[in-house]
Amino acid sequence: MKIAVCVKQVPDSWAEKKMAGGLLDRASVDAVLNDLDEYAVEEALRLVETHSPTGASGEGSGHSITIISMGPDRATEAIRKALSMGADDAILISDPALSGSDALATSLVLAAVIGAKDFDLILCGTESTDARMSVIPAMLAQRLGFAQLTFAGSISVVPETSQITIARMTDVGVENMKAKLPAVVSVIEKINEPRYPSFKGIMASKKKTIEVKTLSDLGIDPATVGMSAAWSEVKDAQARPPRAAGVKVVDDGNGGNALVNFLVEKRVI
Amino acid sequence: MSQVFILVDHAGGHITKATSELALFGKRIGEVTALIFSNESSPLLEELTTMAVDRAVVIEGINFDSYSAAPVARIVANLISEKSPSAFLVSSTVKGKEVAARAAVLTNSGLITDAIDLTSELVATQSIFGGSTTVHSQVTHGCAIVTLRSNSIEVEATTSNPVVETVVVSVDSLDPSALLDQVISLEATVSGGRPELTEAAIVVSGGRGTNGDFTPVEALADSLGAAVGASRAATDAGWYPHSHQVGQTGKTVSPQLYLACGISGAIQHRAGMQTSKMIIAVNKDAEAPIFDLVDFGVVGDLFAVLPQATAGILSKKS
Ligand SMILES: Cc1cc2nc3c(=O)[nH]c(=O)nc-3n(C[C@H](O)[C@H](O)[C@H](O)COP(=O)(O)OP(=O)(O)OC[C@H]3O[C@@H](n4cnc5c(N)ncnc54)[C@H](O)[C@@H]3O)c2cc1C
Ligand SMILES: Cc1cc2nc3c(=O)[nH]c(=O)nc-3n(C[C@H](O)[C@H](O)[C@H](O)COP(=O)(O)OP(=O)(O)OC[C@H]3O[C@@H](n4cnc5c(N)ncnc54)[C@H](O)[C@@H]3O)c2cc1C
Repeated sequence: MKIAVCVKQVPDSWAEKKMAGGLLDRASVDAVLNDLDEYAVEEALRLVETHSPTGASGEGSGHSITIISMGPDRATEAIRKALSMGADDAILISDPALSGSDALATSLVLAAVIGAKDFDLILCGTESTDARMSVIPAMLAQRLGFAQLTFAGSISVVPETSQITIARMTDVGVENMKAKLPAVVSVIEKINEPRYPSFKGIMASKKKTIEVKTLSDLGIDPATVGMSAAWSEVKDAQARPPRAAGVKVVDDGNGGNALVNFLVEKRVI
Repeated sequence: MSQVFILVDHAGGHITKATSELALFGKRIGEVTALIFSNESSPLLEELTTMAVDRAVVIEGINFDSYSAAPVARIVANLISEKSPSAFLVSSTVKGKEVAARAAVLTNSGLITDAIDLTSELVATQSIFGGSTTVHSQVTHGCAIVTLRSNSIEVEATTSNPVVETVVVSVDSLDPSALLDQVISLEATVSGGRPELTEAAIVVSGGRGTNGDFTPVEALADSLGAAVGASRAATDAGWYPHSHQVGQTGKTVSPQLYLACGISGAIQHRAGMQTSKMIIAVNKDAEAPIFDLVDFGVVGDLFAVLPQATAGILSKKS
C-alpha cells in the first residue's frame, strides 16, 4: 500500500493567536504538528505494520508512507516529527506565492502533488487546530475523484480486494462505510494513541528525504493561489476583550443553592 | 432580486431548527429556495411552511443517506451553475460542511465556514481562536458558500407558501465519481427526548468527575430543559456516546448557558464550548483550568452540588 499523510504545521494550541494584516500571525508563536495529523501518521504506521510481511514499510516491501505538507520552510519541523515516528519520506510545497491561500487553493496544491503519484490511501486529520474549517479532506476527495471516508474512528483495509471500511463517528451517530481504494480518509482522535518518536526514530529521520517543491515544479500558475486569488477575504479582525473573572464559591453544604440563586439572578429560571 | 439557496437539514422526518435560521439569514439577502434531498418529503414540506422560504426544490430518487456528501454536492453544484444564486447557505454540521466544501470546488466559489452572522451584503462574522477574535469576511468569487453555526439568530414564527418543484434523479444519471463510497449501516444517536446539543439554549456536560454515573448530570439537565454533553474522558470510557462529545473533535456548542460538571477544562474541550454566553462549572479542584472561563463556579463534589441545585430549580419552577 502506498500511503500519503497530509500534515499541517500549526501554532501551539496554548499559544495566544493573533491576526496581522488579515492573516494569522504565525511568526510570533511556537509551531507544532497539528495534533490530529499525528493520529493520521500513527494510523498509517499501524496499517503498514498489519499488512506488510516484514511489518515495516520502505524499499522492497511494497509499502510506503509519504508525508505531504504545504507551508513555509519552517514546516520542516513538523514534518521531521512525522518522519521520526516512522514515515519514509516527505514532500513540502513551499513558495512565497502560497502565503494567504484559502482552502480551495490549499486543496488544489495538495491534490496536484498527490495526483502526480499513484497513492492508494490519503490520510488526513479531520480538522486543523488553527483555522478549524474541517474541509480539506472532502475537497481533496472531490478534486482527486477518490472515495471520501471522513471522521474515521477505525479503519480496516483488505489489500487483495482494495476494499476499505471505516466507522464514521459524527453528530448523527456511527456509520459504517465502505469503498474501493484509492480513498481519502480523515481520522478522529478515537482511532489510536500516537507513539512517541524513539531515539532511533529521531536519528533515522535526520537522514530521510524532504523533497521541497515550488509552484513552478508543480506547473501551478502563482496567480491561481495565495492571498490575491483567495476567494474569501478578511475585511477586519478584532481581538475580543477577555472574559471578566467570575464568582467562585466553595461548597460549604450550600453550593447547589448558591448555583440556583445565581441562575435566578441571571433570569435563567 | 438576488436568489439564495439553503440546504435543508433534516433527521427523523423533521427539519432542524438550524434550517429555520438559514432561511432567516437568506431572507436578508433575497429570495430563498430551500433544497430538500429526501424521498419522503411531504412531512418536511409541511414543516417548511413555518419558515421564511419562497421556493422549494425536492430532489428524490436516491437514498442520499447511503453516501458521503458527494452526490448531494454534485447536484447542488449543477443547480448553482444553472440558477446562479448569489449565496448557498448550509448549517455547520459535519456533512453540511462537506457538501459546502465539495460544492465550492465544483463551482469554483469562495467558502466561509462556521459563520455566526451574515449581513444582506454577504459579510460574514466568524468567531475564531476559541472566541478570542472576531473576524468579518466576505466571499469575492462565484457563489458565496457560507456555513452557519446553529443558535446564531433568534427564530421568529412565520408562515410561507413555497412554490414546490420536484426533481427526480437516479444513480445512473449521476457522474459515477459521486458514488464511490457507501454507508453499510448506521447506529443512530438516541436523543432520549432531550434537545439537540448544538441547538439547545442550555447544555449540561459531565466529565471524568462523574466517574461513570451521569444520573446527577441528566437530572440537572432535565430540570433546566437542557441537552447533555460530555468530555472526551467520559466518551472514551464509554459512559456517554461519542455523538455527545463537546470539543475539538466533538461538537461546538454556543448555548446561552453551559454547565461543566467534573470537567477540568482542557484546551480541546474549551474549543467546543468557549463561545457559550454564560459558563458555570462544578469541580472539586479549585485550581481546575475550567474556572478561568466561568461566570460562576462551585468548588465542590458534583454528587452533592448537582442534586441540591436540581431540587432547588424544581422547587422554584413549581
Ligand atoms: C483564522 C483563519 C480563518 C480562515 N478562514 C478561511 C475561510 O473562511 N475560507 C477559506 O477558504 N480559508 C480560510 N482560511 C485559510 C485556511 O486555513 C487554509 O487554506 C488551510 O490550509 C485549510 O483550512 P484548515 O486549516 O482549516 O484545514 P482543515 O480542513 O481543518 O484540515 C483538515 C486536514 O487537512 C490537512 N491539511 C490542512 N491544511 C494542510 C496543509 N497546508 N498541508 C497539508 N495538509 C493539510 C491536514 O491533514 C488537516 O488535519 C483561514 C485561515 C485561518 C488561519
Ligand atoms: C487530538 C485530541 C482531541 C481531543 N478532543 C477532545 C474533545 O473534543 N473534547 C474533550 O472534552 N476532550 C478532548 N480531548 C481530550 C482533552 O485533552 C482532555 O483529556 C479531556 O477533555 C479531559 O476530560 P475531563 O475534563 O472530563 O477529565 P479530567 O481532565 O480528568 O478532569 C476531571 C475533572 O473532574 C474533577 N472531579 C473529579 N471528581 C469530581 C467530583 N466528584 N466532583 C466534582 N469534580 C470532580 C477533577 O477535579 C478534574 O478537574 C482531546 C485530546 C486530543 C489529544
